[in-house]
Amino acid sequence: MNSDANPVATLVWTFGLMSLFAVGGANSAIPEMHRIAVDVHHWMDDKQFADVFAISQLSPGPNVLIVTLIGYSVAGVVGALAATVAMCGPTAVLAYYVSRLLARSRHSRWPAIIQSALVPLSIGLMGASGLILALTSDRSWVAGLITVSAAALAFATRLNPLWMLLAGGALGFAGLI
Amino acid sequence: MPQDSQPAAVPAPDLPLSQPPTPPGLLELFVAFAKMSLAGFGGVLVWARRGIVDQHRWMTAEEFNETFALCHFLPGPNIVNLSVVFGSRFRGVAGGIAAFTGLVGPPAVIAIILAALYARYGEIDVLRRILAGVSCAAVGLLIAVVFKMMMPLVKKREVAGLISMVAVFVAIGVLRLPLQMVLLVAMPLSLGITVFVRRRGKA
Repeated sequence: MNSDANPVATLVWTFGLMSLFAVGGANSAIPEMHRIAVDVHHWMDDKQFADVFAISQLSPGPNVLIVTLIGYSVAGVVGALAATVAMCGPTAVLAYYVSRLLARSRHSRWPAIIQSALVPLSIGLMGASGLILALTSDRSWVAGLITVSAAALAFATRLNPLWMLLAGGALGFAGLI
Repeated sequence: MPQDSQPAAVPAPDLPLSQPPTPPGLLELFVAFAKMSLAGFGGVLVWARRGIVDQHRWMTAEEFNETFALCHFLPGPNIVNLSVVFGSRFRGVAGGIAAFTGLVGPPAVIAIILAALYARYGEIDVLRRILAGVSCAAVGLLIAVVFKMMMPLVKKREVAGLISMVAVFVAIGVLRLPLQMVLLVAMPLSLGITVFVRRRGKA
């Protein structure tokens, strides 16, 4: 836990700003969340961050839930609420106005150009998320193998991802990691 | 991604296929998005599409793609943006809030309960090991999504795109530079390159 006078205000400011830079969704902002939660504010350590990610993946719903959980671990339910609204609010307002604007100028080619410019950046960000999370959670060769197998299965098959999460949990339960 | 052959979450439509789409009410928006969200392990998009296009027929496939493309190029959580844009299209600001609350509210409650259990029992060795196993697999799923998203760039041989992708990966993942700084440089650069490549392509 950090020693800031008002951790809720820090959460709102941090995630409100991050919201506007999270191109490609919550998952691509994971490196930044890790940097802020672990390195800057010392809200949690590496292991706890990996656990928070695991819990957010185990829960159904949008990826943005990891923000809810970081908020929760910093300042309880109020923190969870504040962080979630801060992460979703600014871009939701932006999305609302942009969609109304575009409804009026439907045949502009700019949306397509901007999108194709942003797609590579968002893939790069998500790749960085994968790397950082792999470094924090894969601490043995079995752990690394689970990550690689889950990646290969999810890439090549249409298996429900929940099965891979359950299999990972079962291997952990068996004490193989 | 969840399979198409999953029976549970898709009730057989007993409505005639020709039924005209009726604009959903606030409660209906909340319930619909809550359902999609609770079904969506590892990604809500598939379920959102199924709910909005196939089940409720609130949008055609084309309208859905256009709306999602818009939400994809805006910053922030895509599916959250989608819920707000979708809800407000039918019921104004209140509709946007209803869809958003449905999408995020119920799963957030579940996640917080799990987190509370973790805070209380997280030190128990068995739970730590299970969670460690789950997080290894979860990282794998994320990596798979990255490769899936990369395939169109590789297939279309978009060299410029692949280079910007690797540059961002190194800057954020390896050098650990702050996100805002990297994007303030990368976004205008990538936009400039895209416009340049398209112009040259036409000439």
